[in-house]
Amino acid sequence: MKFYFMHLMPYADLDLSYDEKHNSAWVTLPNTYYDPKKGHQLYNRYLDELEYADQLGFDGICVNEHHSNAYGLMPIPGVMAGALARRTKNVKIAILGRALPLLNNPLTIAEEFAMVDNITGGRLIAGMVRGIGAEYHSWGVNPAFSHERFQEAHDLILQAWTKPGPSVFEGKHYNFEYVNVWPRVYQDNPHPPIWIPSQGSSETIEWAAHPDRKYTYLQTFASVATVARYMKMYKDVAAGYGYEATEDQLGWSLPLYVAETDEIARREAKEHIEAFLQKFLRMPMEMLLPPGYTSVKSMVGAMSAKAGHSMKQTIDSVIEEGKFICGSPATVREKLEEYQAQIGFGHLLTLLQFGTLPAELTRKNMEIYSKEVMPYLRNVTARRVA
Amino acid sequence: MSFTESTETITGCKVRFMRKGTGAPLLFLHGASGASRWLPFMEKLSETHEVIVPEHPGFGASDSPEWLDNISDLAFFYLDVFDHLDLEKVNLVGTSIGGWLAAEIAIRNATKLSSLTVVAPAGIRVKGVRKGDVFMWNPEETARNLFHDQAFAEAMLAAPPPSKEEMEILLRNKLTSAKLAWEPRFLNPDLHKWLHRISVPTLIVWGDDDKAMPVGYAPAWRDLIPNSRLEIIENCGHVPQIEKADRFVELVSGFIGEVTR
Repeated sequence: MKFYFMHLMPYADLDLSYDEKHNSAWVTLPNTYYDPKKGHQLYNRYLDELEYADQLGFDGICVNEHHSNAYGLMPIPGVMAGALARRTKNVKIAILGRALPLLNNPLTIAEEFAMVDNITGGRLIAGMVRGIGAEYHSWGVNPAFSHERFQEAHDLILQAWTKPGPSVFEGKHYNFEYVNVWPRVYQDNPHPPIWIPSQGSSETIEWAAHPDRKYTYLQTFASVATVARYMKMYKDVAAGYGYEATEDQLGWSLPLYVAETDEIARREAKEHIEAFLQKFLRMPMEMLLPPGYTSVKSMVGAMSAKAGHSMKQTIDSVIEEGKFICGSPATVREKLEEYQAQIGFGHLLTLLQFGTLPAELTRKNMEIYSKEVMPYLRNVTARRVA
Repeated sequence: MSFTESTETITGCKVRFMRKGTGAPLLFLHGASGASRWLPFMEKLSETHEVIVPEHPGFGASDSPEWLDNISDLAFFYLDVFDHLDLEKVNLVGTSIGGWLAAEIAIRNATKLSSLTVVAPAGIRVKGVRKGDVFMWNPEETARNLFHDQAFAEAMLAAPPPSKEEMEILLRNKLTSAKLAWEPRFLNPDLHKWLHRISVPTLIVWGDDDKAMPVGYAPAWRDLIPNSRLEIIENCGHVPQIEKADRFVELVSGFIGEVTR
């Protein structure tokens, strides 16, 4: 199993009383809530944390893309990846989304990823996503064409990476007379690993597991039961295609906090994970799921589920569901060992900073995790494979 | 006698129609919320006209064809509908997205038209006059913002929650509306250049308190369509055909009677 340190780079200095006046930390939250002086400090602190993960022996570090919000300050994740490319030596750098449909020229992504891949000598992991619903409001991109544009942009980027240029691309949304990306990707046999982060979708799994792709499916922030269900689905789909999915094709991304004891962990994490759940993730249904972002069938399901329970997420509810792992090293080891044995994921992406979690607690979390959880799980899973 | 329902296949696409009445044909083009039900204003108009109410491709019980990408596709489709139904001297009435669609049809080919009525149509831009962000409104905001008289909103909100089938239709209507209008928002940047081609007599109807498509758009439409007349209905929101049904019917039948005499 491989271990990754994922960062969202939230605007941790957000005035959390914003929700007395605004219904979301996304799209319409005035950017006057952002103070560039504080932002300067935060960006550099977060980059330090990502670099520290390299020193602590993580296998990879992860950045991602979100727009016009306080939840994550990486609208252009390539800027972060570029900064990290030179300051880290060993870790893989996963850019877990660029959101392909948001761009009118996806060749920009082919170029950006290829540059990071070249600078790092092949340490890039290429994440491809559609972006979350809110992004379609912020960027004015039509969500009704989100799926079409994702497929087409993916095909275009793959063509740019694998077909000697110049070549022609004839699409519905994208058209090019000269696809000829310089630089070529460093990992050119056949291209950098592609990961598909998803909130859970059978269509996405069918597509990612196809023998032509065998992309790593990454389940983001979901209950253990959901993670298990989708990963089983991936394995079943692969079996249906006539091959056995490897652990390398399955990843899980979740927030985690480990401290000296269960009690300390819970006490230290509570306000920060709840800020993450209740303040940074806050958005109305209309923002989260614009028309076309998911199929009408899934939308009907989501609407009925919402009518059923609109429970507020707390530290207890997310620990209970296994969306958040929190506790002493022994507790965390035990849970992860059990989940890994049961679900069989090969990549574990932990969000060790979340919401308002300050620098010193983030570092402590990273240190305990890397010293008392990672080595143990490495041994256990290596033994199991052997 | 009640209205009749039928499904016809036109250019490979199944379309649901509601019809009633005799007289000069009046083709009603619905807006973003579709036309699942036969409404009182349709009934009243059917006393003097043959009222034909299709559900656009992508809406309600009609098909969602592969070819439907934008308002232009829909406008050309309706030229096929005229041919298929053998319609002549049609009085075309469209509201909101349907008003936009009616104008898009009329600039392409107005030879089958006798008159045009557009009600709070989308489709053009008046800089600085912001359209309501209907895609961001929740169900309550939608109900409140559609009407001037909040009694209509209350009635809408008091209605029982939609069944699963009704929910599917609501979501499909919204999806097709997004396809047509998300970006640029309720706008065909080229439409305004060609509205001068509309040669038939045109009535423009607007509620004075329209929060979706503000009444500030009304004078622009009047100025862009040569043979047009603007009627603003007081104390009325985005759906005059519902909120001020009597006044709406009076204006539309009066106008059609006058220009087709």
